[in-house]
Amino acid sequence: MSTIQSIAGENEQHPDVALVERVRAGDVLAYDTLVRKYERQIFRIAQHITQNREDAEDVMQDAFLKAYEKLDQFQGNAKFYTWLVRIAVNESLMRLRKRRTGKMVSIDEDLETDEGTVPRDLADWAPNPEQNYNQSELGEILRKTIQGLPQGFRVVFALRDVEGLSTEETAETLGLSVPAVKSRLLRARLQLRERLSRYFKRKSGLAIPQEAGSALAPKKGD
Amino acid sequence: MTCTEFLALLDELIDDTVTTAMRADLQEHLRDCEHCEVTLNTTRKTIQIYRSHEIYDLPTDLRERLHAAIMERCKKGC
Repeated sequence: MSTIQSIAGENEQHPDVALVERVRAGDVLAYDTLVRKYERQIFRIAQHITQNREDAEDVMQDAFLKAYEKLDQFQGNAKFYTWLVRIAVNESLMRLRKRRTGKMVSIDEDLETDEGTVPRDLADWAPNPEQNYNQSELGEILRKTIQGLPQGFRVVFALRDVEGLSTEETAETLGLSVPAVKSRLLRARLQLRERLSRYFKRKSGLAIPQEAGSALAPKKGD
Repeated sequence: MTCTEFLALLDELIDDTVTTAMRADLQEHLRDCEHCEVTLNTTRKTIQIYRSHEIYDLPTDLRERLHAAIMERCKKGC
């Protein structure tokens, strides 16, 4: 049992708690520290959900301002970052709703697909497949690929795997159950893996992409 | 263990939350199943690539501008 991942340290006081206390006592500079610490993550999360740069900029500002205004409602037993992410997720969904002229937007939409439950493309990847592309090509591949996921999978993957929230934190942030987060995470990971295989598979001369259903065309096919 | 059973535990294996006994079962399956080994390795790689490449970077000038705007409004009480 000694190799099982430790969760020790969860009960130690997080450094953010002291900063939050200082802000509550009127120290605006302490909030400057918190904003600087998390602004990039909040921007990324907003962009993952809205998929729009201008919206992400607005969401980032609105989320920090709302958090500042509502800091009295923050419960010290929750992590400030998780609380902040929850605000940013809600702001992002509101922003999407505005773009869709009032239509309800939830993280549950577009989940009826069975894609990703069973791996189809089982070709192995090249040893360091990302090295076959330059930085801008790779960025484009990774963006296109993750943007093709249903929103409810994309946001779970972004929070859990990209931003490093725990399964429980992701569930709390999105208002989902832990089993729902686990199920979406598995499908998100498998779908991304499947789609990236088109670009990263080992070149054998026979490796012609056959899976259907996506507009993603490999840039370097052979 | 079947491939379906292996897949159901893939996340636990990747996230290192399996028990020792479970890990032994998973490893035994991997010894005879190339497909699951490829799935495991490439899924791990998928996560690692997304973690190590910032696909939505916030350029420094934009970051500073947004940061200043946030703090300006906080100082005014929002």
